[in-house]
Formats: sequence, C-alpha cells, structure tokens
Amino acid sequence: MIQENSLEEEKLILDDIASRLKAFGREREELIPILQMIQERHAYIAEDAIKMAAEYLGIAICEVYGVATFYNQFRFHPPGKNHIKVCLGTACHVRGGDIILENFERKLEIRDGETTPDREFSIERVACVGCCALAPVSVVNETVQGHMAPSKVEGLILGFKIEKEKAEREKKKSEPAQ
Amino acid sequence: MSPLNNETVQKAFGVIRDEAKRRRDAFREEPVPKIQIGMATCGIASGALETKNAFEEVLAERKIKAHIRTVGCIGHCYAEPVVIMDHPESGFPPIFYHNVTPGKAKMLAKSFLEDGDPLFEHVLGAMEENDLVPQVLDFPRFNQEKRVVLEKCGCVDPEDIYEYIADGGYETLAKTLQLAPNEIIEEVQESGLRGRGGAGFPTGRKWDLARNADGQHKTVICNADEGDPGAYMDRTLLESNPHQVLEGMAICAYAVGAQKAIVYVRAEYPLAVKIVTKAIGQARELGLLGEGVLGSSFDLEIDVFQGSGAFVCGEETALIQSIEGNRGMPRHRPPYPVQQGLGGQPTVINNVKTLASIPPIIEHGATWFRAIGTEESPGTAIFSVVGNVVHAGLVEIPMGVTLRTLIFDICGGVPNKKKFKAVQIGGPSGGCLPEEFLDTPIDFDSLIQAGAMMGSGGMVVMDEDTCMVDVSRYFLDFTQKESCGKCTFCRIGTHHLLNTLERITKGEGRDGDLDQLETLSEDIKNGSLCGLGKTAPNPVLTSLRYFRDEYEAHVKERRCPARMCRTLTAFYIDLDKCARGCDACVGSCPVEAIFTTKNRKKGVDQSLCVKCGECMVACPAEYDAVMKVSPPDLAPVVD
Ligand SMILES: Cc1cc2nc3c(=O)[nH]c(=O)nc-3n(C[C@H](O)[C@H](O)[C@H](O)COP(=O)(O)O)c2cc1C
Ligand code: FES
Repeated sequence: MIQENSLEEEKLILDDIASRLKAFGREREELIPILQMIQERHAYIAEDAIKMAAEYLGIAICEVYGVATFYNQFRFHPPGKNHIKVCLGTACHVRGGDIILENFERKLEIRDGETTPDREFSIERVACVGCCALAPVSVVNETVQGHMAPSKVEGLILGFKIEKEKAEREKKKSEPAQ
Repeated sequence: MSPLNNETVQKAFGVIRDEAKRRRDAFREEPVPKIQIGMATCGIASGALETKNAFEEVLAERKIKAHIRTVGCIGHCYAEPVVIMDHPESGFPPIFYHNVTPGKAKMLAKSFLEDGDPLFEHVLGAMEENDLVPQVLDFPRFNQEKRVVLEKCGCVDPEDIYEYIADGGYETLAKTLQLAPNEIIEEVQESGLRGRGGAGFPTGRKWDLARNADGQHKTVICNADEGDPGAYMDRTLLESNPHQVLEGMAICAYAVGAQKAIVYVRAEYPLAVKIVTKAIGQARELGLLGEGVLGSSFDLEIDVFQGSGAFVCGEETALIQSIEGNRGMPRHRPPYPVQQGLGGQPTVINNVKTLASIPPIIEHGATWFRAIGTEESPGTAIFSVVGNVVHAGLVEIPMGVTLRTLIFDICGGVPNKKKFKAVQIGGPSGGCLPEEFLDTPIDFDSLIQAGAMMGSGGMVVMDEDTCMVDVSRYFLDFTQKESCGKCTFCRIGTHHLLNTLERITKGEGRDGDLDQLETLSEDIKNGSLCGLGKTAPNPVLTSLRYFRDEYEAHVKERRCPARMCRTLTAFYIDLDKCARGCDACVGSCPVEAIFTTKNRKKGVDQSLCVKCGECMVACPAEYDAVMKVSPPDLAPVVD
C-alpha cells in the first residue's frame, strides 16, 4: 500500500484549491484549465478535488471524471518524490527505450504508472519529450537524461538513495541527542 | 474591413523598428566578444545550462569581458550543446562549436578569448566566408537546407521581441494592415501553400472559406498539439522563434476577420508554453496585439490553451471539443470548422509551420515562394530526422528533394557501418518505406503514392537491426491506446491488430494471421470517422507490403531476422572468443545472469537473461564475444 496523505495534508490541499478556484469563471470551458491548475499545484487530482471542481462549475461529478480520465496528462494518485518519465516515443523505442523502462521497473519494484510504497519514486511512460536525437531519453524530476543505458538507471537511483541517506544523517546530527 | 489608416500604422511600426535596430546596433558595436548558446529543450537536455554556467564562471574568474546570449535551437541536435563564438579582435570570423561541455567551455574561453587561439580541433566551421576557417556552409548538412520557416531559429533570442523585429520581424504585419484582406488571401492562394499539419489542404482556400462564412466571432487556432511521438519541430519553432508564428496568426486573423486567436500547445511542452506566453505579452506591450493593433482599427487577442496530451486532439474537431471543456472526440465533418467551429462560429485551424510560413510569403511574394519546391507542393518541408542516423535533428528542405539526399547526403546516413533498412515517415499515420523508395521525391502526393504520408514530419531512420513487425506493433500499441473510442472499428479493430502483432512478435503467429491483418486493416480504414482510425493501419499495411518476408519468418520459423523481438532472440558468449578472467560483462548485467564457467570463461544463464544487450556493449571490442541469435534455440548450452 502506498502511504496516503495525512488528513491535515489533505485539508491544506483542498483549502488551497478552494481559494484558487475563485480566479476562474464558471463556464464549462474552464474545466480543463481548472484541472491543470489542481495538478500543477498538487501533482495529482484527488477525489475530493474532482468534487470541488464539479460543484464549482455546476456539472456532474462523473462529467468531470470523464473528462479528466480522457486525457493522459491527469494523475489520480500522488506521484513519488522523484518522478521518472521514460520516453517511449518512436526514436526512443527504436533505440531500446523499453529496456530502460524495464530496468527502472525492476530496480524500483513497481510498474509504470505506480509509486513506490515509501513514495520516494514513481514511473510514468511518455511519448516523445522532444529530444529524439539523444534517444533513449528519460526525464527525472524535469531534468532530461539523454543516451540512457541500464547502468545509468542504476547510477541515478543509487544517487538518489545516497542523497536521502545523507540528508537523514544530517537531520539526526542536528537533532539534539536524547 | 477596409485597408486601414496607412500612415498611422507605418508611423507606429517605425518607432518600434527604430528602437529594435538601435538596441541591436548598440549590442553589435560594443567591442566585446559574444558567446551565443542554443537553449531550447534539446540543448538543455544535452547540458547547455551547465555550459552556460561554466562560461559565466570562467569569465568572472579571469575577468574576461564578453556577452553571453541565449538563442533557440538551430536544428543541429546531434551537435548540442551548440555555441557560436564571435571574437572580432582575434581576426577570426564567428565560429560554430559543437558538443561544448562545461570543460570545453572553460578551455575555449581561456584560449580563444584570452589568447586568440580558436582551438581548431573543436571547431565545426565558420559562420561567414573567410580565409582561415572552413565555412559551415561547405557542409551538406548546412548548404542543402533551405530555411524559410526556421530561418531565424537559433539566430534570435526567443525571449526578446526586439531581436525578431530588428531582423525584419513584424514588418510584414505592418504591411498587411495596409492591404485589403482579400489581397492577402489572394496572395496566399497564389503561393500554393498547403497545410503543414499533415493533410496538405490549400491554406488560401481555407482562409477564403472562413472569410466568407457568416459569423461575428471568428477564431484562429494555431495547432501545436504535435501528438506524433517522434516529431518535435512545432515545439522547436515555438521555443526558438515564437514571434514568427504569432505574426502569421495576426495576418491570418486580419485576413479572415477574426478578433480572437488561440495557440493550442501541449502541456507536455512547458518551455514552449512559457516562451509563447511571454512572447504574447511582449507583443501586446508594443501594441502589435491587443486593441487597435499598431494604431489601426484591427483588434486581436491571442491566448494560450494547454492541450492535455491526447493524440486525437490534434484532429481539428476534437481539438475544439477539448477547448470547450469536453472529452476530445472528433465529430462528423461537414460542417467543417471554417463553417462551424469553436462556439459554433467559423474557425480557422492551421498548423504552426503553416502559420510561420505566412510572413515570408507575404514579405517576398507568392512567386518567390512558388520558386521553391515543386509545382504541386511549393515551399519547404521540415522533418525531424531521428533514429539510426548520424546527423539527427531538424532539417528544412525544399519539397521535391529525394529521401536519399535527405537521409544520406544531408543527415550523413546510417551510423556504425550498418545497412539502411527503412524509413518511417509521418508517425502513427504514415508508413515505412524500404530502400527501393529512396529516390522518391518528398512532397505531399509522391509520399502518399508510395504508401507513406507527410503527416507530422516525423522521420525515423531504421537500420538492419530494426524489426519491422515490432515497429508496426509499436505504432498500433500507440494508436490503440489513443483511439477515443467513438468508432467501433477503430476502438476494437486496432485492439485486434495489436493482439495479433503481439502474438507474432512473441513467436505465436498462426497461419492466416497475415491475411487477417490485411483485411482487418482495410475494414478499420473504411469504418472509422476521423483520420486517426483511417490511417492507424498504415504502418501495418506498408510494412506488410514491403517487408512481408520478415512477417513470414516470425510466423513460420519463429525467427526475428533483425534479432530485435526479445522472445525470439537469445544472447550467448562464444567461448572461443571469450577472454579468461575478463569480467566486463558480469558487472554490466542488471540481473546477474552471467556466470563463470569451469575454465574461467563466461556463460549466460538463459533462464535469468532479460536480453537487454548490455553485455554486448560491455564486451571489449578486441574479444567481441557476445553473440545474439534468433531463434533462441541456436544458442549453445553452456555449463
Ligand atoms: C489523429 C489526428 C491527429 C492530428 N494531429 C495534428 C497535430 O498534431 N498537429 C497538426 O497541426 N495537425 C494535426 N492533425 C491535422 C488537423 O486535423 C488539421 O488538419 C490541421 O491542423 C490543419 O492545419 P493545416 O491546414 O495547417 O495543415 C491531426 C489529424 C488527425 C486526424
Ligand atoms: S522519441 Fe524519445 S525524445 Fe523523441
């Protein structure tokens, strides 16, 4: 099971959405921009956020859900702290993008579209990020990584893990010994 | 609308142009070296930001005076990060450097800017004619291109509107506002420009229909949805020179009588969204957009709408649905959007490249444009040539150039001494053409005749190691997921095609599969409403036509001739070649499938191997001991 957001976190998110909704009109055309705003601020669209959008625009919840699920952009679960997008566009496919995806999946023990239980990592497959000349390509936290190889996958993940451990150690050090 | 007040427009624009020229001259005349770095997505992906930081550091450290200027992408993606250094005092012309890493940047700053030595080993060429350094224009990758749409990409700073204006930008808009709308439409019709969004519909005719359609609230939409998973020229254009597109949109709006325009960009293109939004703001500030453009009575507001990533939303009626806040499902045409589009009003939808072609056409005239390209397809074509090709990137060529010239002369052919096998043109709607078709001229009609299509302009070059069945499977996997589900044939038919292709690539093909692929493909083409379904079977049909033997090898012999389908291949280590005691492959294997044999050589445990090919890369070239075979039972058993 993925750790869920705590209730406080959830409430903060919903309050934020409520305050931002006011900037939008109440016409149907605002629906996709509203969904984009929610995802941009909170990285995913929670069930309650869908309800809020539906109420605000005066349309049925299933209408909002229907539109949101139609588009690839929208996510309904919180992504990991490190979000990994693996390009499976044509150029990347021809250069072995699926092998890269598989390596991420194997290393992190999740499938594409999923988040690790500790919410550190999530994987998503995307189609062409526009750097085909560097294929195969992955985007890790908005940084484009060109010429990917299985060994690079291992290196990237190891890098994050080391960083995390270091941060934890520092945190322990700065906390007064009990 | 009648021609507008000439004098006001001329005057208003004159002020802006003079300011732009003043700024440019001031920049040029400043006696310091200039460093120009390409900073579009591909540049940044290759490390242009780090390169820029390195330049900044070394300049500060050594107190060297120089200007750093960021520009868009010039299309030479294989050479990124690209840097052009202009150091007039050294006596050298501006020089084009390729693959400038941070280390190289520091070295260049020191030796070129301080000591006047341009480090010839890193030079790609000079930007001007001179006696010291060979010119880039001597290379086919440069001199066979004809840049109309991409002309200013990589030369102007996309975030500074004055650079575009100093380079002649918005001059055409000012000229347009002094003409009658029908004169503009006539000029566009005369030019023979055909839509670059795929179908090649005559742009002038579309505008004429929109102009004559009834409606008070017409809209112009720039289609930058670019859903083809292997094409990125629309994005590059918006990131590198957004103003040329905005200028084209403004001219279109004036010609058809629209006061509202929308740039529809994919949300997956954050940099493009940012740059276009900024560009619109700058244009409005200077009075080139907004109420009373350049003091005339023509009003125009341009907004950005972010598409949410559905391939089908590139289709014009689906695109309108998504702007209206619905699921992006195409509807029947007619009525066409030029009759009833956004909000039931006449709407012109044009591709980014179509609109960016407009300013040069109006500036130089229809005859000039017609002199480029072919009779039926005038002008240029832009391709993103990628895959197994040496000089990958964006290329703009006159229509009518052959595929061979484009792939081999301009883009350097297939790397690693591999053989060319096929070229896929037009993305998921296009087709794969084999070697026999390399002499096909590139234009709308010849490509369709050959079984491919211009489509989005994606071009993927494939070498002998690419399996055609797998490529078809890949495209069907894509279209099947992207089908909006409205038409049964598209929704279920593509699913069946995909299932069959998956079986074949796994070696589970049956007799009759190939015939069924063909008949089902025809049915899907006939039974679908929009272009997605009508073209989805194209990759299957063309590869079946030209590479049927490959399909047959999969079905009848359970063999993948390209050794790409993983279920049908195996890796093993040739014990005669393997060096005793070398461990290179062992470390490279992600699943620990490589073990040491009794005589200290290596073997592959077939039950663990995931066939990623890493060991083949890792094995030192002097041994070259890793072998790949298909069918998999050709691999000898080792213990
Ligand atoms: C499935 C599908 C996807 C399309 N995707 C795009 C696209 O990404 N960009 C585009 O400009 N046109 C796309 N089109 C074509 C548009 O429907 C439309 O013809 C085009 O934008 C018109 O512009 P043009 O006249 O300048 O070519 C697509 C069509 C279909 C059927
Ligand atoms: S196909 Fe992966 S970046 Fe274009």
